[in-house]
Amino acid sequence: MPITSSQVRKVAQLARLELTEDEVQLVSDQLASIVTFVDQLGEVATDGVEPMAHPLDIHTVVRPDTEVPGLSREQALSNSPNHNDECFLVPPVMAR
Amino acid sequence: MNQTPYKLVIGLEVHVQLSTRTKLFCGCPTAFGASPNTQTCPVCLGHPGALPVMNEQAIALAIRTGLALNCEIASVTKWDRKSYFYPDLPKGYQISQFDQPICGPGYLDFADPENEGETLRVRLIRAHLEEDAGKSMHDEGAGKADSQIDLNRTGTPLLEIVSEPDLNSPEAAKAYLIELRLLLTYLGVSDCNMQEGSLRADANVNLHIAQGDTTVATPIVEVKNLNSFRAVERALTYESQRQYSQWQKDGRDITQAPKQTRGWDDAAGVTVAQREKEESSDYRYFPDPDLVPLHIEPRQLEAARQALGDLPAALRERLRYAGLKEYDANVIVSQGRSMVDYFEQAVASGAPAKRVSSWIQQDVMRTLNEQEISIEEFSISALQLAELLQAIEKGDIDNSRGKDVFQYCLQHPEADLDSAKAALGIEAVDQGELEALCRELLAENPKIVAQVKEGNVKGLGALIGAARKKNPNADPKQVRELCHQLILADA
Amino acid sequence: MAACCRKLSIMNIEEQSAVDLGRRIASGEVSSREVTQHYLDRIAEREPAVAAFTNLADDAVTTAEQADQQIASGQLRSPLAGVPVSIKDLLCTASLPTTCGSRMLREFHAPYTATAVQKLLDAGLVVVGKTNMDEFAMGGSTETGDGGATHNPWDRQRTAGGSSGGAAAALAAGMVPLSIGSDTGGSVRQPAAFCGVCGLKPTYGRISRYGLVAFASSLDQIGTLAHYVEDLAASLQIMAGHDPRDSTSLPDPTTEYLAHLDQPVQGLKVGVIREHIDNPGLDADIRDGVIRAQQALQELGAEIVEVHLPHTSHAVPTYYVIAPSEASGNLSRYDGVHYGFRQLGDSGAAAPLDAMISRSRSQGFGPEVKRRIMLGTFALSAGYYDAYYKKALQVRRLIAQDYGAAFEQVDLLLGPVTPTPAFGLGEKLDDPVQMYLQDLYTVGANLAGIPALSLPAGFNEQGLPLAIQLQGPALGEARLLSVAYQLQQQHFFEPRIAECS
Repeated sequence: MPITSSQVRKVAQLARLELTEDEVQLVSDQLASIVTFVDQLGEVATDGVEPMAHPLDIHTVVRPDTEVPGLSREQALSNSPNHNDECFLVPPVMAR
Repeated sequence: MNQTPYKLVIGLEVHVQLSTRTKLFCGCPTAFGASPNTQTCPVCLGHPGALPVMNEQAIALAIRTGLALNCEIASVTKWDRKSYFYPDLPKGYQISQFDQPICGPGYLDFADPENEGETLRVRLIRAHLEEDAGKSMHDEGAGKADSQIDLNRTGTPLLEIVSEPDLNSPEAAKAYLIELRLLLTYLGVSDCNMQEGSLRADANVNLHIAQGDTTVATPIVEVKNLNSFRAVERALTYESQRQYSQWQKDGRDITQAPKQTRGWDDAAGVTVAQREKEESSDYRYFPDPDLVPLHIEPRQLEAARQALGDLPAALRERLRYAGLKEYDANVIVSQGRSMVDYFEQAVASGAPAKRVSSWIQQDVMRTLNEQEISIEEFSISALQLAELLQAIEKGDIDNSRGKDVFQYCLQHPEADLDSAKAALGIEAVDQGELEALCRELLAENPKIVAQVKEGNVKGLGALIGAARKKNPNADPKQVRELCHQLILADA
Repeated sequence: MAACCRKLSIMNIEEQSAVDLGRRIASGEVSSREVTQHYLDRIAEREPAVAAFTNLADDAVTTAEQADQQIASGQLRSPLAGVPVSIKDLLCTASLPTTCGSRMLREFHAPYTATAVQKLLDAGLVVVGKTNMDEFAMGGSTETGDGGATHNPWDRQRTAGGSSGGAAAALAAGMVPLSIGSDTGGSVRQPAAFCGVCGLKPTYGRISRYGLVAFASSLDQIGTLAHYVEDLAASLQIMAGHDPRDSTSLPDPTTEYLAHLDQPVQGLKVGVIREHIDNPGLDADIRDGVIRAQQALQELGAEIVEVHLPHTSHAVPTYYVIAPSEASGNLSRYDGVHYGFRQLGDSGAAAPLDAMISRSRSQGFGPEVKRRIMLGTFALSAGYYDAYYKKALQVRRLIAQDYGAAFEQVDLLLGPVTPTPAFGLGEKLDDPVQMYLQDLYTVGANLAGIPALSLPAGFNEQGLPLAIQLQGPALGEARLLSVAYQLQQQHFFEPRIAECS
């Protein structure tokens, strides 16, 4: 299945990846070859087959509503690229 | 019915923060108001390698709520990832429920605010569990400074209750929310504190405008940021008018414009269009492979049903059966379960229901407000109140002296009825004493006697005040009747 | 030309199994410190040529000395106490950075240690370093990572396999006796096969994934690589078991895998997977290895029968829809906000935040990771979900059912691990589909969640390792290990260490 440049741009936007125009072309080609490859699945008759999201047949795993010690604020912020004494800092959310 | 040339159509999505001790998928506390980023762990920070595990209490509270909302409870439910990027959503996806919510269709009945005695029903589409996001604090000014992110709230359990568009006025929307909050409070599943964001409503609104034989629907607008009952009512009123004038201007209907999101600006009293992300509708839901499905067994449901207790609608019925009017039953039920218990204890001890209701609504509630306490902390017990009200009912104490006793008991929590009466000098006035008092009064007020003889009985009221100065225990009703009889007999 | 190799003799530490080393350390014959120092010396000598590690633990000797004290005082009784081990850099460790082979996490220090690693530490093992891998485990050649390519110790021009290539290469070069890896589509078994060592991918959920940085959550499983089958058993015994922090870890009790290594092979039915053997792309030497394994198993008393896995040819396409889909979600957390790489972008008309997120992800991830994120995002997006993601989940069930039917007939399955021996570095980088087809024989076990083991089967004429694969039903690790152990005892293959000259 061919993948158009506009499809690639839309997917890149959803995935928050920047692509240069050259990359858009390259990725379109690569994705197209992979998608063509996985299109083989269309050959398999799957009517009425229950999708298998998980290999295990286990269910209802829960924990009690009891507190477990977490991280200190220093630990929580320690890997952050930018933070102040209390919070993670990110560039403004709104356009300038 | 409203007089507008359109029908307003409203559906509400209500996010309820469940009152668990810990978060939905980790053991971090959910307490409100902690210093930023002090209630986190690798799981709710979305750290690489960390994994979620379901909180059983959140599931129990969701089931409890679903049962009370007459919902079908799923026997098998599961978790899905809803993908979008936002800095207060550290995993880049929210764990939510997409196609198999824990609670299926249900409904909630509530009193029609515009038609006394009528009931409205909102059908519920579903209620599902999901994790809350954190808090972003943006630069209010030019938007140039960095935004601050606090992840304390991230992962707090939410139940999102989604209604059908069955609400047709801002008043009805507000009344539904008030009833929902009361129910949730009775269930003990949430503190429902709107200021702290424990109960948050979004509204989907549009208009159905009659055009000859057909009806035109305006584009649906999702109104966000409704943080109080008043905001719900005001925002919906504003938004319906805005949509109508917009439609008059451009004539665009639901097929000609996409769904829009607008935020309610409470200070300005307007809804404001919010930034749309072009891909915002493509959340790429898929089953969360880090979690396993949840099975809910019939016996678990049955146990939850047994434990539901009495809910507001049933209690209102019971109070009306006890003899209260709808309005009064509603006021008492709205005060919460403990107030209903207080009422019922007093009635069970022999006090008449209407009198108990009236005293609760006036004296008791005023005192609770003044002292800023709850009924559980109130110093006069239901039994004490019942004893007092029975004495009034029997005529042992008149109503006005009863209020004195009430005040005395408030100040002297150890006092019983007898000691209060003694301290206040309350004693029965016998018939001879009363007649002597009345004759004395008539002799002192010849003008009033003359007026009454001419058929003007108003002056009798002044006699009562005078009688109580002479003897505070004199029953005003008896004084009035006896004076009247004596004047007429004399005529 | 491959490096010349040397048959092991009993005189060297590195010729001992990890279990033997543990036994000797416990008896006081040798100290953990001496053993650890030996391997550190070997690392110093060979790491420049192999590039198996991303980070080394500079406190390994101190840790070993502590282990010696605890062993001497009787506080530590584990069979592997005091034995050095390397950890794939996809498992979180509080004491060492966890980079996942990505620029995105080059500076990342996990605030906690993965459950499986903690269990090893509690059992007294000595972590000597974190091993190299394909970025976020996405690859089969350990050449896409931030740390560059790992070289196959048997032929430096060839890949060590991947994604646990550093783990396998470190073993083959004699730099560790035991390596912990992870396997999402073959990432333990394929590098084990390429480097001539044993590798076990246990049943999905047998070892807690808590602290294993997720690639594809429903497929990922921690596994061990070692020269000796008994070491796979001993390490599984330590790491296996339910973890309340991982909802998908199995509640079933674990087995004393070491104690079951001698259970009889006599009377077992072993199925040879017809579709795997008949593949025209299968290397003749590898096919020969499978045939030799059949004979060896027959000599041990097993009965060989032919079985079919009819959906074999659809396993790779199924895998390359499901794994990227899950990965696209799992890797959404790397947005430059809370940890990891951040690069401010040119926002132009866009919000500075959005520009930062996109720029950080574009520069923080390498090409293969971005390719898979794109593929997964596509497969989950509106309009394509049913045709790709849901379809793949349906075929996955058919594949699992194939295995179920096979295990009604036989106790174990026998086949190849890879279609070819180790390929050249850079050879398949530009052709993703060719690279993905390397996973033909391995992804089935991940899709079905069953245990599978890669076992060396000698060398080809070029001196490159060959391997066979044994697969068993869910929770069948004890059987799998015992059969592999007896093959090894029967001299089906001899552990060897590359000279790296």
